[in-house]
Amino acid sequence: MALLQVQNLGVSFATNDGVVNAVNGVSFTLNRGETLGIVGESGSGKSQLAFAIMGLLAKNGTARGSVRFEGDEILNAPLATINAIRANHIAMVFQDPMTALNPYMRVADQMAEVLTHHKGMAKSDAVAESIRMLDAVQIPDARGRIRLYPHEFSGGMRQRVMIAMALLCKPDLLIADEPTTALDVTVQAQIMRLLADLQRDFGMATVLITHDLGVIAGFCREVIVLYGGRVMEQSPVDPLFYAPSHPYTRGLLRAIPRVDQDGDALNSIPGSPPNMTKAQKGCPFEPRCDFAQGDCTQRLAPLTEFEPDRWRACNRSLEELA
Amino acid sequence: MTPLLEARDVRVTFNISREGDMPWTKPRELHALNGVNFALMPGETLGIVGESGCGKSTLARALIQMVPATGRVIWDGGQDLLALTRREMLPYRANIQMVFQDPLASLNPRMTIGQIIAEPLKTHHPGLPATEVKARVQLMMDRVGLLPNQINRYPHEFSGGQCQRIGIARALIVEPRLLICDEPVSALDVSIQAQVINLLAELQRDLGLTMIFIAHDLSVVKHISDRVMVLYLGRVMEAAASADLFTNASHPYTQALLSAVPIPDPIKERAKQVIELSGDLPSPMAPPSGCVFRTRCAKATAICTQAVPALLGDGHQVACHHAEAANKPQKVG
Repeated sequence: MALLQVQNLGVSFATNDGVVNAVNGVSFTLNRGETLGIVGESGSGKSQLAFAIMGLLAKNGTARGSVRFEGDEILNAPLATINAIRANHIAMVFQDPMTALNPYMRVADQMAEVLTHHKGMAKSDAVAESIRMLDAVQIPDARGRIRLYPHEFSGGMRQRVMIAMALLCKPDLLIADEPTTALDVTVQAQIMRLLADLQRDFGMATVLITHDLGVIAGFCREVIVLYGGRVMEQSPVDPLFYAPSHPYTRGLLRAIPRVDQDGDALNSIPGSPPNMTKAQKGCPFEPRCDFAQGDCTQRLAPLTEFEPDRWRACNRSLEELA
Repeated sequence: MTPLLEARDVRVTFNISREGDMPWTKPRELHALNGVNFALMPGETLGIVGESGCGKSTLARALIQMVPATGRVIWDGGQDLLALTRREMLPYRANIQMVFQDPLASLNPRMTIGQIIAEPLKTHHPGLPATEVKARVQLMMDRVGLLPNQINRYPHEFSGGQCQRIGIARALIVEPRLLICDEPVSALDVSIQAQVINLLAELQRDLGLTMIFIAHDLSVVKHISDRVMVLYLGRVMEAAASADLFTNASHPYTQALLSAVPIPDPIKERAKQVIELSGDLPSPMAPPSGCVFRTRCAKATAICTQAVPALLGDGHQVACHHAEAANKPQKVG
């Protein structure tokens, strides 16, 4: 059985300006030990997708569709059911460790709390286990440092603390929402390496949410490209980069300056990302797309499998894009 | 050719007083910049890279006296900018403009974009008639890709990329010779980032601008710069022509930095060897003796703890005791 099966997941928010459909029709299946990357720009809905899976949507948000964890429906499930799964089976790492950690609690206390709450461990055992986990994420002098407050750690170390905290209950699935965006490149490299090692050692499945295609390239096997709350392309990582099938993916790949290549002008994508408060009938990428035709403002083709395991949502055929 | 701007031994020291210090306690010194030298030729783009806390923004601010600095900053082979008072600095400020990182935070939310873009013009050319100001603002808006009919709108009505265009228009309206861009694209999405980079490159070419481009993203810096300077803990580690630096990095820090940049190419990225830096950035309050990078350097030996390596070489400058040993051609990617 698949570890996580997401079917036709949608997220909408009731706002003063009307209903905002932040995510529409996302489906994927994740097995144990697999890595899925979700890439998109700001407002593409990638974080809300993660929050919906974790049951962490804001009060005005509603999720529809289905999220099954080991066959059990967890979307909109009672809080007790979700709480039993959170941390124990699915854990999350957030973008900004300074706001995700409690500034008033020593790291020892906040980490131990996870284990006393979810596993019913004694406090002293929980602290000992927390120290072991801080060692596992390579925090030097874990025994001494666990007594510190979050602000006494550097950004990279804080992110390690958060990863250690997420791993305490040995989850089957880790959702990492932009785990390295706030970090310097050398620290980013350390953290990504750490995540890859931990993933291998613990056999976790990982969902990595990021805007950085470089990070995706090194870490993930499968990739979902989101734009304006919709899946544009879904594919194994290599063909996505070497033969992107969607105008948006192509544009994105050509817009990245590269340290390993010399290039002249970057191919920018004209215009700006869609305003999600406005209801959209057609393809969200239509106003910025070189290949758009009249029907693109009216409808968006459903996500279809055009090659084994490769899916795209585009009104134009691959031949038309050639 | 005379350099447009030449920095000689620029140092910035901040006084940090700690909580609980008595009024007479001598504050501790934080050396944010430690003797930075460079020469910027007219029309050239100098990229400054380094991780957070390396002093790259402080350097930009020091050059135009936004933070107090010592040393000399020679403008166009003549005046030392650091010797000027605020008032005397004013005419030079018109020639040196800045673009900031956070596009929305750097625009006054209560001013229309017409007023924002016109403001430097009013400061530096107070006699200009209103019609002329408006005409120049509209011309500049058109130049940076804003619609002239948006002149009466407020910053919150614009997206991040457009706000950055407003910031660029405001900087260029007084026709500066030097544009200092401090992380101008790091808050922007990839697709918008490319638009702004292309705009800056195009403006530079058309207006003959000289640029200092500060960023933590090496790919962006590589793309736009003629020369690149790598900073670490307030010191220059390596400086070279862009193409040279990125194919032939000599300093262990530069090599580590380059190896850590993710490449959007799965096969290359998976095969890539990352040179991992051990530990954390040392506190700038208590920098290591000798070479500041030695605590994280795989090549460090006894000499590195004793002597500060000088920035040596012409063209390709490196500050490392082991530069020869390190100086193996290393292709990135």
